[in-house]
Amino acid sequence: MSDELKPDELLDKIDFAPQKGAESDSVSGNWMNTSVQIRPGMYCYAAKAESVETLGLPNARPWNPLEDDWKLPDNWQEIIFNGLKERLEKFRTFKIFMDICVRCGACADKCHFFLGTGDPKNMPVLRAELLRSVYRNDFSTAGKILKKIPGGQALAGARPMTMDVLKEWWYYFFQCTECRRCSVFCPYGIDTAEITIMAREIFNLLGLNIDWIATPVSNCFKTGNHLGIQPHAFKDMLEFFVEDIEDVTGVDCTPQFQKKGADILFITPSGDVFADPGTYTCEGYMILFKYLKDKYGLDVTWSTYASEGGNFGFFTSHETMKRLNAKMYAEAKRLGVKWILGGECGHMWRVIHQYMDTMNGPADFMEEPVNPITGTKFENAKSTKMVHISEFTADLIKHGKLELDKSRNSNRIMTFHDSCNPSRGMGILDEPRYIIKNVCDHFYEMPPNTIREQTFCCGSGAGLNAGENMELRMAGALPRANAVKYVHEKFGVNTLGTICAIDRAALPTMCEYWVPEVEVYGITELVGNALILPGEKKRVEDLRFEPLPGCEEEVEEDE
Amino acid sequence: MNQKYLIPLTAVFLLFIIAYIGVEGAGLQWFFGIVFPYAAMIFFIAGFVYKVMGWAASAVPFRIPTTCGQAKSLPWIKQNSIDNPDTSTGVFVRMILEIFLFRSLFRNTKAAFNKNASNKLSYSWEIFLWIGALAFHYSFLVVILRHFRFFTSPVPSCLKMLEYFDGIVQMGLPGLFLSGVVLLAATLFLLARRIFDAKVNYISQAADYFPLFLIIGIAVTGISMRYFTKVDIIGIKTLTMGLATLNPTIPEGVGGLFYSHIFLVSILFVYFPLSKLMHMGGVFLSPTRNMANNTRAKRHINPWNYDVKTHTYAEYEDHFRDKMIEAGLPVDKKE
Repeated sequence: MSDELKPDELLDKIDFAPQKGAESDSVSGNWMNTSVQIRPGMYCYAAKAESVETLGLPNARPWNPLEDDWKLPDNWQEIIFNGLKERLEKFRTFKIFMDICVRCGACADKCHFFLGTGDPKNMPVLRAELLRSVYRNDFSTAGKILKKIPGGQALAGARPMTMDVLKEWWYYFFQCTECRRCSVFCPYGIDTAEITIMAREIFNLLGLNIDWIATPVSNCFKTGNHLGIQPHAFKDMLEFFVEDIEDVTGVDCTPQFQKKGADILFITPSGDVFADPGTYTCEGYMILFKYLKDKYGLDVTWSTYASEGGNFGFFTSHETMKRLNAKMYAEAKRLGVKWILGGECGHMWRVIHQYMDTMNGPADFMEEPVNPITGTKFENAKSTKMVHISEFTADLIKHGKLELDKSRNSNRIMTFHDSCNPSRGMGILDEPRYIIKNVCDHFYEMPPNTIREQTFCCGSGAGLNAGENMELRMAGALPRANAVKYVHEKFGVNTLGTICAIDRAALPTMCEYWVPEVEVYGITELVGNALILPGEKKRVEDLRFEPLPGCEEEVEEDE
Repeated sequence: MNQKYLIPLTAVFLLFIIAYIGVEGAGLQWFFGIVFPYAAMIFFIAGFVYKVMGWAASAVPFRIPTTCGQAKSLPWIKQNSIDNPDTSTGVFVRMILEIFLFRSLFRNTKAAFNKNASNKLSYSWEIFLWIGALAFHYSFLVVILRHFRFFTSPVPSCLKMLEYFDGIVQMGLPGLFLSGVVLLAATLFLLARRIFDAKVNYISQAADYFPLFLIIGIAVTGISMRYFTKVDIIGIKTLTMGLATLNPTIPEGVGGLFYSHIFLVSILFVYFPLSKLMHMGGVFLSPTRNMANNTRAKRHINPWNYDVKTHTYAEYEDHFRDKMIEAGLPVDKKE
């Protein structure tokens, strides 16, 4: 797709002023009367039947979003009505967000998908209105009164639930990455992510998930991780990294698996085990743990059962999220660890930070997390008992417990991409920056409207990181890429740092498309490069087997 | 397209005329001056309470504040305790700023895309919506408070003080109240935004235009009564005091314009709990703003948390035991 549509052609489509002409002729003059066209490049393939079956979710069958017949149960409207009703009672957020939007438009140009596509239905307010219009028809007092008089439905801004509406929901709620940027600007904190989450729960009641979510969920349930890596293969993959690390450092960083009585259980997204450049971040973790083991005797274990930090259940339903997340506490309890350490990931951390303890706690079988090396109590994690790798690493650096040679990263002109969930669902902003400044020489921020709580999504979050929706992804990534391009041109930035596994998978594609000279690095990869392991050989290469600054000639001679 | 505002505009005109003719032609003063205002007030209070109780009845299963700054973390990292509060004090400050100063709206930016060699997306601070919203809400508040002079006798000194400051420009006779002018101007600004900003126009519904026209109608009738047409102010006060003391009377000599004014106000009260105007209550209850970001430190309880089917370690090991043993991974059961 990205080959077919050139960046310039994508840019030509952008217009932030919705066209009025087309729908002004219709009776009520309303966006509600424009029907949706599901367009290749902008949607993800339907969930495979077997993936839906694994978790026993409803209506598993082969279907195709482009076909007229979506093979829904006969009472699909009733299922939607009851599904909405139940969720309005279970979630105050949902009920309030349905009622109080004044359509002020403050959110309209805050969404990366709107900025990248110019499609007015990607304005967060309108995305929510897709659902609200049905809510007003079926649940609000004013809507119920008005629909009895002719033309009243249009006056109430209401419309009945039809197949066209459902298709429109499906198209646009899978064009939201639940990044919450709109929520920052909303005067009532209306969070489109929350509305998207509800819509996707409804889709799952009808068997309307996308495959890029359903299959990882199914894999994660059965094998412990999204990618379906079986236990022996998982071990093999880490051992492969062991060899690579040994080539670079001369030190054997073999990890431990499922070790009962270890101090810490480490869980990270399986994407870091599977694909570049996440794999280098994974090597960074292994180097860090080896260092801490040798220097301070810290005992860290991995687990093949709880081998997924991410949680695509979060993009399916609250129940599915809970079912997948349960492994973390279950494994920590079985192994008898003191607390859990989590790797770099975005939505994983929103689930851990805002949901895990509530869903699957209390974690009373573990200890309140203390860094045994520095003595720091992680007060902010004393109930959930899970600590973020950036909090952990920043604490180690602050106490001078890591011996770092930052010159090894001196060829990396850094900027940092705040990931949506750690920024807006957690607030972990300064820890990664502190680490970067301690392991790299050059760091430049992107413009203030594009970082921290105002950061832009990679465009591929919330399960939309598929191949078939590449046009959507590249359009959604435009605001982020545009800011990267700015610092690339102004300061010569060549490295985009991030603490999210989806970012590590999605941003390289984005950079290739929009800013080809910039590479994507996990923060712990940079730590792994800088960390001086006890007994290491003279390093001439980084973890990517690229020559370290000043070692270019040596490397060439070896080859 | 234009039906979205023509119908609400026509509706407000009709409402005005109904009351005017109802009084001047049919002599229905008792209905427009007593029955409907009372009914509207009762409906407003009951409707408001019902709506808020309805929200309160829904559970808050998860603690999901939108965090807009650095979280409480390591002791040497400076927390943004207002935009990312971890205590109820912080939440209180955040809510006060949100409710009284529209802090989130203050952040508003405007995106622009320059399709040229640089293809740059840029964001500029967009303060006008914030100013318009603040001007609208505060001038409306002052106007409402000023009107308490019609429902109190003697008029409390704090109201007189408010009137003094509101009329501080000392222009014309009777003296000009700033609040009325600002209210009308701000409402017209908000209306103009809806009509002329393509994005806002696209998202606007009849339900967005109706309250704006209604408030414009209220402001215009009120202003014309004060400055342009002669109304019997003593008669009006007799009527309003009658309403306030639950001893309603219809004085002689109060014209139809006044009844249209009070009718439009009553319509606003009725419309309020049925509409988006309930954001006045909802802003207090929004879980993304009124919760502390301390979920990892303090467990939040979900009242409907239920058990789910998980894939246990035992099931996992049963499935993969041979492969795990072969790979040298520890297992709980050897067989």
